[in-house]
Amino acid sequence: MSPFVTLLTRDLRLAARSGGGAALALSFFALVATLVPLGVGADLKLLARVAGGILWVGAVLSALLSLDRLFQGDYEDGSLEIIALSPLALEAAALAKIAAHWLSTGLPLTLLSPLLALMFNLDPASTLTLFLSLLIGTPAVSAVGAIGASLTLSLKRGGLILPLIVLPLLAPAVIFGAGAVAQVQDGLAGGGGLGALGLLAAFSFAAVLLSPFAAAYSVRLNLDG
Amino acid sequence: MISSLTAEKLACTRGDRKLFDGLSFRVSAGQALAVEGANGAGKTSLLRMLAGFLAPAAGRIVLKSAQAEIHESEERGKAIGWLGHQDGLKPQLTVREQLDFFARLHGAPAEAGVLKQVGLERQAELPCRYLSAGQRRRLALARLLASDRPVWLLDEPFAALDASGQALVAQLMARHCGHGGIIIAATHEPLGLGNESLKL
Repeated sequence: MSPFVTLLTRDLRLAARSGGGAALALSFFALVATLVPLGVGADLKLLARVAGGILWVGAVLSALLSLDRLFQGDYEDGSLEIIALSPLALEAAALAKIAAHWLSTGLPLTLLSPLLALMFNLDPASTLTLFLSLLIGTPAVSAVGAIGASLTLSLKRGGLILPLIVLPLLAPAVIFGAGAVAQVQDGLAGGGGLGALGLLAAFSFAAVLLSPFAAAYSVRLNLDG
Repeated sequence: MISSLTAEKLACTRGDRKLFDGLSFRVSAGQALAVEGANGAGKTSLLRMLAGFLAPAAGRIVLKSAQAEIHESEERGKAIGWLGHQDGLKPQLTVREQLDFFARLHGAPAEAGVLKQVGLERQAELPCRYLSAGQRRRLALARLLASDRPVWLLDEPFAALDASGQALVAQLMARHCGHGGIIIAATHEPLGLGNESLKL
């Protein structure tokens, strides 16, 4: 096992054992998606119309719940220093942590989304687009979130500031993701839906590619503290 | 193999406060250096500086190997075995899983005998949350052994350990120096290695 895979599997194991990862995010996501139809009422057309946006925002907020601990746990117990001195570059370590976060949160959220879409009376084609958009876009949530997590890792209550840093940066993902669903609903599926998904893929790709460098830089600054 | 670690005119400031200035020393392979000083004198800061976590306010740190001189802190980090204040343990992982993680992170599975060496053989399957402070320290020592690094930076290596644990640390340090390793330890107690000491 390479150091990268070692860190990835340890983080997955920790997420599974501490119960704060997938289970918490999934329950939160399900609750948000259940409360909105209750609040909005039984207007099926309206529900279908807002489904893309609500589910995307719900998924982003759910993923944020466990993001603050991405580096903080390792910072507090001293593991981060050992990781920083290991043969694994901090950039690669950040990528491993992003991957672990996505596998334990973003992916389960994506898999749950078709079920929740039922509550919004979303048609099959739109549901498929929602599913694809979350599959493509949630890695960006973990990646951009890692930047926020690395900036706030030494703050006692960094989890409160984290969303303020991360949410504005994730606006493109929500716009393109929910936009792709809206385009399918408007019958622009052929070129239009794919267009928004393409932009989302580009955003996600750039985020996953660049954020490990930003996160590693910020972790180094924090170790200097 | 590392032949020496040299600090030249190091200075450290924390906030507005100058902790030390113009600090120079040299530790060659097979030698140990005890860093002594009152609480807050900058012992931990010096170790963090040597490890590359902290940038010196002035001066430089050079690691000499047979082939080259290493100036860059990230490169230097690859030669360093770190035993800080914290042991870096996760309560959810068992002792064996935790050691295995550290060892594989450094590129190789842990050797079978390491846990026995530090006296944690019987606790191998125990989750780390049940370990006492001394046992946690022993596991951190096992991690240090598994990482197989030539330069050991130890912050209070005897802390939390019982008599046999302290004897173990002394024995491990003597062996490390015997194999040509370098040790720099911040401590209030004598290392017992016939080493030089640096007063901050």
